[in-house]
Amino acid sequence: MQSESLDLDKVRADFPILKRRVKGKRLVYLDNAATTQKPQQVIDAIAGFYSNYNANVHRSAHTLGEEATEAYESARDKVSRFVGASPRELVFTRGTTEATNLVRFAWGERFVEKGDTLVTTLMEHHSNIVPWQLLAKSKGATLKFVGLEGDGSLDMDSFENLMKESPSIVAVTQCSNVLGTINDVAKLCGLARNAGAITVVDAAQSVPHMPVNFSGIGCDFFAFSGHKMLGPTGIGALVGRKALLEEMDPFHGGGEMIREVFPDHSTWNDVPLKFEAGTANIADAIGFGAAVDYLSSLGMDAVREHEVGLLRHAIDILSKGKGFRMYGPTDPVHRGGVISFNVADIHAHDLSTILDEEGVAVRSGHHCAQPLMRWLDVAATSRASFYVYNSCDDVETLAAGIEKARRIFKV
Amino acid sequence: MSAADIYKEVILDYYRNPRNFGRLDRFDISAHDTNPLCGDEIDIQVRVGEGNKIEEIRFFGKGCAISQASASMLTELAKGKELEWVKALSKEDVLKMLGNPELGPSRIKCALLGMKVLKMGVYGYLGAKLENLED
Repeated sequence: MQSESLDLDKVRADFPILKRRVKGKRLVYLDNAATTQKPQQVIDAIAGFYSNYNANVHRSAHTLGEEATEAYESARDKVSRFVGASPRELVFTRGTTEATNLVRFAWGERFVEKGDTLVTTLMEHHSNIVPWQLLAKSKGATLKFVGLEGDGSLDMDSFENLMKESPSIVAVTQCSNVLGTINDVAKLCGLARNAGAITVVDAAQSVPHMPVNFSGIGCDFFAFSGHKMLGPTGIGALVGRKALLEEMDPFHGGGEMIREVFPDHSTWNDVPLKFEAGTANIADAIGFGAAVDYLSSLGMDAVREHEVGLLRHAIDILSKGKGFRMYGPTDPVHRGGVISFNVADIHAHDLSTILDEEGVAVRSGHHCAQPLMRWLDVAATSRASFYVYNSCDDVETLAAGIEKARRIFKV
Repeated sequence: MSAADIYKEVILDYYRNPRNFGRLDRFDISAHDTNPLCGDEIDIQVRVGEGNKIEEIRFFGKGCAISQASASMLTELAKGKELEWVKALSKEDVLKMLGNPELGPSRIKCALLGMKVLKMGVYGYLGAKLENLED
């Protein structure tokens, strides 16, 4: 299998799941925006922890405890360096959703006031909408949405108008999980900062797929998930500016996050441990570190180039088909490796059932972005999303599957 | 069973030309439900006539071919039947009506959505009648 940017045969050999068959066919996994497959290196890192040095971290002075602590903190180092942040600014969370909720509770409950405006956009995943809705409700603030242009980019007039309301929080995605739109978050965060807002960037679909630098963006908070970038589920990260993390309240109370506990009050551990109450998800953090090592060895420029190549090929052959409608920017340079589409009057779930029979896994539905689906005026779309192990053959199998659906539905 | 067997001519016909699609001006039963996984939506309205029989029935909704065809076929079957018939209706009856397609656990919910809505409506109607009797 050919790719100009990656040694695809070598990459594919690292993913044991790609050897399995689905309905008797080669697995063509195109649901990477939902979750990605895991290379042997990640699986081995997790099994290695449990087999060789399983112990709690930051507590025990014995050998296993020291080794576990070192591996856990080394994972924090790797993941933070991967996104151009300092390890002191990186809090391990369960994922992006827990990260945005952490900001909601630990920053929002303390600093947002009655009558404040919170701003998000119509292209957000529910994880960057619902926490702000809940925060607005609890504080008597108002949540407002930046609108979209016809091509699925942000409406900058709408954004700039909302900045005139001096919002307290501006939450925006770096890359839409439905449209693929890549937002210029550095520019948006600059405008938001000038308006006096703190900024929250949902990087769940950008960090896995392109070079991303937290300090370069200049945002206050930044969230992403391990399982969308070859790592295990149940681990993700919130990166925050240290000064903000210092002044925030804790999130969960319990072990690890304290310095001293008295019957009537407690003092807090240093950032980031102040936000990591309870025993950490040690094994998965170590797996996350291994995933980052794997991506670094490929090089994020090469990963992005590979996906742009697949996107070009996919848009090229799919858009020739009868009744094919694609949503979002048409130029691959302005979009992440996802294509949301519909085919004639074939409902996305019916298409997905037919594609599954060909071994092709795509997502169908609302993609946890219902406000966006309403804006698009569609009940559901199919979504094919690419990653490092996908090939042009995969794209062609998808196209053949869609053609089969057209035949069955007599389109 | 292949996808071609699931999406038989008759299913596609009911999907594209749904029978009993729309709303009733006068109705005794109205029920609505969605399948949150898929976003399929079904509304069913029923006018009850002599002997607790389904005199008129309409459905309204949007969603995949399976959910919409199933709801439409069900309204045809139900018309003229007694409400007791709806109570006795089973998952197997609905799948048989659709030609026994082999559906996975997520898609089976699409097939059964119409039946669920109709049952909800009928049980609600009969329950309300029971309460009136007790008053």
